[in-house]
Amino acid sequence: MTSPYRICPDTGFKVDLAGEKLIKWNAVTSIVFLAIGGLLGFLVALTRWPEIHLLGADDFYMVLTAHGIVILLVWLIYFEMALLYFASSILLNVRLALPKLAWLGYWLMTIGALLTVVIVLQGESNVMFTSYVPMQADPLFYIGIIVFAVGALCGCAVFFATLVIAKAEKTYEGSIPLVTFGAMTAAIIAVFTIASGAVILIPTFLWSVGLIAYIDPLMYKVIWWAMGHSSQQINVAAHIAVWYAIAAILFGAKPLSEKVSRFAFLMYILFLQLASAHHLLVEPGLSSEWKIVNTSYLLYLAVMASMIHGLTVPGAIEAAQRKKGYTNGLFEWLRKAPWGNPVFSGMFISLVLFGVLGGITGVIMGQEQVNIIVHNTLYVPGHFHGTVAAGTTLAFMAITYWLVPVLFRRELILPGWAKWQPYFFGLGVAGISLAMMGAGTLGISRRHWDITYADAAIKFDHPALAHLMMGINGVFATIATIGGVMFVVVIVGSLLWGKNRDEVPAAAAPEPPVADVPSAMTAHGSAGVANVSGTFTLALIFLAVFVLYFFVNWKFLASTWGLS
Amino acid sequence: MSIYPPEDRIWWSKPVEKTEVLWVTIAFIWGLIMFFMMPYWHLTGDQNLSNEAYKITADKYAEKTEAFAKKYQVRVEGDNDVPVVKPPAGSDVYMLARLWDWWPILELEKGKSYRLHLSSLDYQHGFSLQPENINLQVHPNYDMVVTITPTSSGEFGIICNEFCGSGHHTMVGKMYVKDSK
Ligand code: HEM
Ligand SMILES: [Cu+2]
Ligand SMILES: [Cu+2]
Repeated sequence: MTSPYRICPDTGFKVDLAGEKLIKWNAVTSIVFLAIGGLLGFLVALTRWPEIHLLGADDFYMVLTAHGIVILLVWLIYFEMALLYFASSILLNVRLALPKLAWLGYWLMTIGALLTVVIVLQGESNVMFTSYVPMQADPLFYIGIIVFAVGALCGCAVFFATLVIAKAEKTYEGSIPLVTFGAMTAAIIAVFTIASGAVILIPTFLWSVGLIAYIDPLMYKVIWWAMGHSSQQINVAAHIAVWYAIAAILFGAKPLSEKVSRFAFLMYILFLQLASAHHLLVEPGLSSEWKIVNTSYLLYLAVMASMIHGLTVPGAIEAAQRKKGYTNGLFEWLRKAPWGNPVFSGMFISLVLFGVLGGITGVIMGQEQVNIIVHNTLYVPGHFHGTVAAGTTLAFMAITYWLVPVLFRRELILPGWAKWQPYFFGLGVAGISLAMMGAGTLGISRRHWDITYADAAIKFDHPALAHLMMGINGVFATIATIGGVMFVVVIVGSLLWGKNRDEVPAAAAPEPPVADVPSAMTAHGSAGVANVSGTFTLALIFLAVFVLYFFVNWKFLASTWGLS
Repeated sequence: MSIYPPEDRIWWSKPVEKTEVLWVTIAFIWGLIMFFMMPYWHLTGDQNLSNEAYKITADKYAEKTEAFAKKYQVRVEGDNDVPVVKPPAGSDVYMLARLWDWWPILELEKGKSYRLHLSSLDYQHGFSLQPENINLQVHPNYDMVVTITPTSSGEFGIICNEFCGSGHHTMVGKMYVKDSK
């Protein structure tokens, strides 16, 4: 073996080979789980398509449990491990600390994930990923999740240790990059999340083997969601770090001001333990005061943080584009953006859909009283496919299109597919998100096999429009699935068969579908005067939609029965 | 650039972009409005949950519900002879959730208020009154009390929207609301 480093010819980063290997393994494993989880989601959607109704009831509940676990937990956390290693070791030009611990973490996660998935697929643990007590799963179901979480904790430890080494060895000057700061935010939240998970899942495991007699169902939910909700904050922090990274990589964009962007990440850390009440707003035995303070992250300060990132990420791109001469009108900078490059299109679609579909709906249905007309309807999955599927998943896909050629040194196969993939996936996910919200507004329940209630002793019919919504959901689910398959084929195919870029003579090599990384041009965006009028206009449109839809929902609420 | 350390080592003393200041202010104010909407609705709105709840055992709750059903039963319905229960306005009304039905069937009067009790005898269930789309979480061992005032009349379905096992999709109940004379 030669030096454990190589210098990346595209970016100039010093790449620690041990760290690189871990990034690769975590990323590739994550994509395998994304493929499995996505197909499970497709089966779910086909079953909820009234004209198809593919699976039987028990299989449906099993597959839905597996979809939730495989995709929400396993796909996202593996990819986040890759991001943590990338944002520490590579961006700080330092060796990854404790690679043995990182491998231990990787294998614990793998064993844990496989264990839980295998147990679920045996069909005796159809409890959904939330596993609300007193419904009980096989003890190994909980063990698998606990082992997986311990593995993720190892990854967080490696990340923090790498920051310490970089600081001690002075591999960077001044403060850590904003992207690393975002990743650190995610890692801090992850530690809190995993701790909450341990507090609730370990007793639940002991209960499942008979060592504890009783677990209070309300207490379970309060602590479970301290884990479940903050884990969504990990995803948000991670995908926003990815947005900033892509803006920097493709446009040489620098944050409008470091202070504001870092402050916004800090808000996530400060309020990370709040907002679990989102899931508990129509629960008995919790006070309205607690619900209101908690569900609002104390005056919506974390929502404000997301709105800040929503402005500063495109704002930074706009400032950089205007610097390059795209100064006409409000939107030339956006029109002339590289829409054919999946790194950009994926990132931008992720940003828009996350804000509009995921963000607005999440805040509104998280209002204490509005939740009464939303709780446990399909509106809820409609909302979170906007956040985790359109927002986080698409952002991770986008950066993968950059990682493969630059870090993994493979040319992308099927560049035409790569170009269109974010549009397919984005359209499909936006469609299922909206269709599920529509169905939920009409009263259709989530996690439900038969909305005709054919086997029920008492009959009930939903309006025909609701059934139509489920058909529309199926159509868009098909488009999303095609988009997902395209992604997996392009990425896995490129890793297996893509030309090794270091073996191709530079001149003959076709341009990889990523813009060149601007080298020295980092000193623009002079503080106080950047023109981001286009972004600000978009932000005001966003706000108008937000305000309008907010009051529409209160109006809906006001028209229902009196409750006190 | 966000992937490199900030060029200005003392970035925290750099002035902030004007647009950012404006947007942060707008977002903060909007957050306050959204926040205060909730207490405001508690004061002026007609749809608030009381959060009144009591610990209770499944047996005790079943007993109470059966006594209630017996007292106010007006007829039975369906193959399973589910009692239809017509309680007086203002009274305590009990409904229980269990694998997999809502019991009994209620008959209420429009515009009158009732103290509706909800609890489960086994797993958690989701009380979802359709097509009104009023959704409440029902726990075992907790007796939740909500005062409801129907403002529309007709026949309403109560479906279960918390996953509760293999018969979850067969769990349907009913409520009648009659126009008051
Ligand atoms: C091909 C893409 C996808 C399709 C077609 C799809 C479809 C669905 C459908 C129809 C449901 C069921 C709603 C219900 O019956 O309650 C569902 C649930 C869910 N999906 Fe997806 N989904 C996709 C991708 C994703 C992604 C990428 C994520 C997260 C990263 C995700 C996370 C979830 C979660 C957490 C649930 C809830 C499971 C539960 O209620 O226990 N999905 N999905
Ligand atoms: Cu039920
Ligand atoms: Cu149910």
